[in-house]
Amino acid sequence: MALLEVNNLTIVFGGLHAVDDFSLKIEKGQLYGLIGPNGAGKTTCFNMLTGVYKPTGGRIILDGEEITGKSTIEINKKGIARTFQNIRLFHNMTVLDNVKIGLNNQKKYSVAEGIFRLPRYFKAEKEMDEKAISLLSVFDLDKEKDILASNLPYGKQRKLEIARALATNPKLLLLDEPAAGMNPNETAELMKTIRFVRDKFNMTILLIEHDMKLVSGICEEITVLNFGKELTHGETSKVLNNPEVIKAYLGE
Amino acid sequence: MGFIEQLINGLNLGSIYALMALGYTMVYGIAKMLNFAHGDIIMVGAYTLSLVMTNLGMPPIIAILASVVVCSLLGVTIEKIAYKPLRSASPLTVLITAIGVSYFLQSVALLIFGSNKRKVESAITMSGIKIGALELTGESVVTLGVTILIMVGLTLFIKKTKLGKAMLAVSEDKGAAQLMGINVNQTISITFAIGSALAAVAGVLFVSSYGFVGPYTGSLPGIKAFVAAVLGGIGSIPGAMLGGIILGIIESLSKAYISTNLSDAIVFSVLIIVLLVKPSGLLGKVRMDKV
Amino acid sequence: MKKLLNRKNIISILMAILVYVLITCLVSSGILSRHYQSLLVPVGINIILAVSLNLTVGFLGELTLGHAGFMSVGAYAGCIFSIYSNLPVYIELPLSLIIGGLVAALFGVIIGIPALRLKGDYLAIVTLAFGEIIRSVFTNLEITGGAGGLKGIDKTSNYTIVYIIAIITIIVISNLVRSRHGRAICAIRDNIIAAESVGINVVYHKLLAFVIAAFFAGVAGVLYGQNLGILKPSTFDFNKSIEILVIVVLGGMGSIAGSIISAVIITLLPEVLRGLADYRMLIYAVVLIAMMILNSSPKFAEFKQEVVHKLKGNKVGEGKEEGDGSIRG
Repeated sequence: MALLEVNNLTIVFGGLHAVDDFSLKIEKGQLYGLIGPNGAGKTTCFNMLTGVYKPTGGRIILDGEEITGKSTIEINKKGIARTFQNIRLFHNMTVLDNVKIGLNNQKKYSVAEGIFRLPRYFKAEKEMDEKAISLLSVFDLDKEKDILASNLPYGKQRKLEIARALATNPKLLLLDEPAAGMNPNETAELMKTIRFVRDKFNMTILLIEHDMKLVSGICEEITVLNFGKELTHGETSKVLNNPEVIKAYLGE
Repeated sequence: MGFIEQLINGLNLGSIYALMALGYTMVYGIAKMLNFAHGDIIMVGAYTLSLVMTNLGMPPIIAILASVVVCSLLGVTIEKIAYKPLRSASPLTVLITAIGVSYFLQSVALLIFGSNKRKVESAITMSGIKIGALELTGESVVTLGVTILIMVGLTLFIKKTKLGKAMLAVSEDKGAAQLMGINVNQTISITFAIGSALAAVAGVLFVSSYGFVGPYTGSLPGIKAFVAAVLGGIGSIPGAMLGGIILGIIESLSKAYISTNLSDAIVFSVLIIVLLVKPSGLLGKVRMDKV
Repeated sequence: MKKLLNRKNIISILMAILVYVLITCLVSSGILSRHYQSLLVPVGINIILAVSLNLTVGFLGELTLGHAGFMSVGAYAGCIFSIYSNLPVYIELPLSLIIGGLVAALFGVIIGIPALRLKGDYLAIVTLAFGEIIRSVFTNLEITGGAGGLKGIDKTSNYTIVYIIAIITIIVISNLVRSRHGRAICAIRDNIIAAESVGINVVYHKLLAFVIAAFFAGVAGVLYGQNLGILKPSTFDFNKSIEILVIVVLGGMGSIAGSIISAVIITLLPEVLRGLADYRMLIYAVVLIAMMILNSSPKFAEFKQEVVHKLKGNKVGEGKEEGDGSIRG
């Protein structure tokens, strides 16, 4: 059974079919790419998958459970975590706290236990710290754990966002243009990290990307969106050589 | 007083709220901020009217013009000094600043004029008229007439003139408007000028009907006018008119038939109920955040 | 227990005791004039109000203009209870404080559930409306004594009690802020969409901050009433809410230490500068505007960072929990 199954997903904004009849099947452990020209509806798909937008039609099934139309919070609890195209960190909080926010729903204690500093508070906080630091070290961010997220350089902010998403212990990780604004060296490093995350956490990853080097380098399968509709999908190298896809990117 | 008279009273009061709500709505639409000091501009307008008429002995029409000019200048100055540096600041920062400005105007008025209310002669010299059994004061007639005139004029201005269209463009998307060659700063200034001019007119009509002005005169009506703007759907010009009229009528009727002391509580409860049922107001648009 | 008694906590406890002993010495030796003694309670009450308002304004990032409203609800509830109950003081006082706090918290829930769905400006105006509604209702009710006020309240609170409650408030709020719930509250302030994306229940945490702030406002109200012996609806008007807001803004949004210091300054300032009493509102206004503009100016931010940097360079260890006390918008 596929980990994520999307059937005929459609969303209409004031008469405009931003995404039309979009379907997708991702197996567990797969690295899947979603590509397409600007405005094709890729981020809109992410927003529907994560409950930011409610789809007008279609179904989303995660690990055998229907999650269509659920709230962002519920969907995250069911196992989808994401990053954002325009980085959305908690910029006035430390790097460590950013990741600990991701752990918020796993290591629990009550408000009273927090206020009165009961034993469970110390236990959970210690576990959170350890978990967060181990996640940060995957991204080579553990040394910067005490600085404010806004003071991190751009590339590291993107990594921190991935670490925060992973902290929520997702089944499926959505990355929205993870390499945007990175130089070729940083991108190469990011590719390694993404692969590492997949292998280490046995993660399923769906990513949006414009950098074809990254896409062809790490994605096993891709779907191409154009004007809100699927153009084609399949094995990465085949799809990227498809004349229709080239036409969509380069124009007539 | 009969029901019809109460209704007319409500319309009268509602017209003033509507004029003030227009200012709130225009500024909110364009600068995306709640100009908390808007109500206090009314107070400034009323004081100006009184000073020019009583102390300088000028005819009402000059006093009205003076108060419009003073308020417009004041509005533009406030925008330049206090709000412009905060264009990219968080809404919380802007709101606190606006509260600061409101406080500033009140305390300056308090220092100059003291806390005693000042008697103001009506700027409206028209005598009342009689329609059948119905008697309308001159103030009522002028208030209703002026409000209708301003509303029609403002709608035409925004729909037909280049400046009005520029305002609409800026309210939709500042960045895009700038790229299209619209001078955003100037447009915002003009919006503040128009909004404050409307507040001046509202101030003149308000004191003409009520006869007194004090440092806090604008505060409560200002908040109620904001309630009216929210009620009608903030950012919507017809909404501000509708909201103002509805609010005025509710206030008048609850004063007449429920309790004078509780009328404010009723007006504010209406706000809370409206926001619960229809957070975007009666004629407001729902905006979606881009993710 | 060992974890609770780390160096920093011990120092804080010692500090709290030391300050109290110092105040007591000043009072009993008569160095502090009667007039200044009478200001000790208002200072403490303003600390409670400011620290609790900081939770919503500074940490949650939502402006509420009804803090005086919650204060009055709590004040009337607690004081009416203490008037009609005939319990010994050591039971009646804590009980009335708790009742005041809980009733205010209840109103926090009633107002919060609908209002917190609304965005910034609307929340501000709804809480303002709430404060005004409460005030006009209290002016018209019989049980509250109407506009004339609620008289005959037992004068049971004094500076010792206010001091203890203020310390409790500070501990509760700063512990809350440094717990998983507090982190969630700050995350909502920083980026609400991102907070939702990592499964933070935004409504719950907003309400939590709102209700806890209301609770302490209510407690402060009871203390106020039991110190003065009379409650008037007009005390709890919009200006009172603004005064607390000024304290929070001046001390630095998101800085508890800042709120405490600023509460002391703002409460004592008009008394120290008697001649400036007329200018008090004007000063508040200018402070609000100037703080906001300065903090939004990139040049000032650079300057501030430099200063903080220098200070930190000279100071060894012992950093304050809230960091540099900087304003976070």
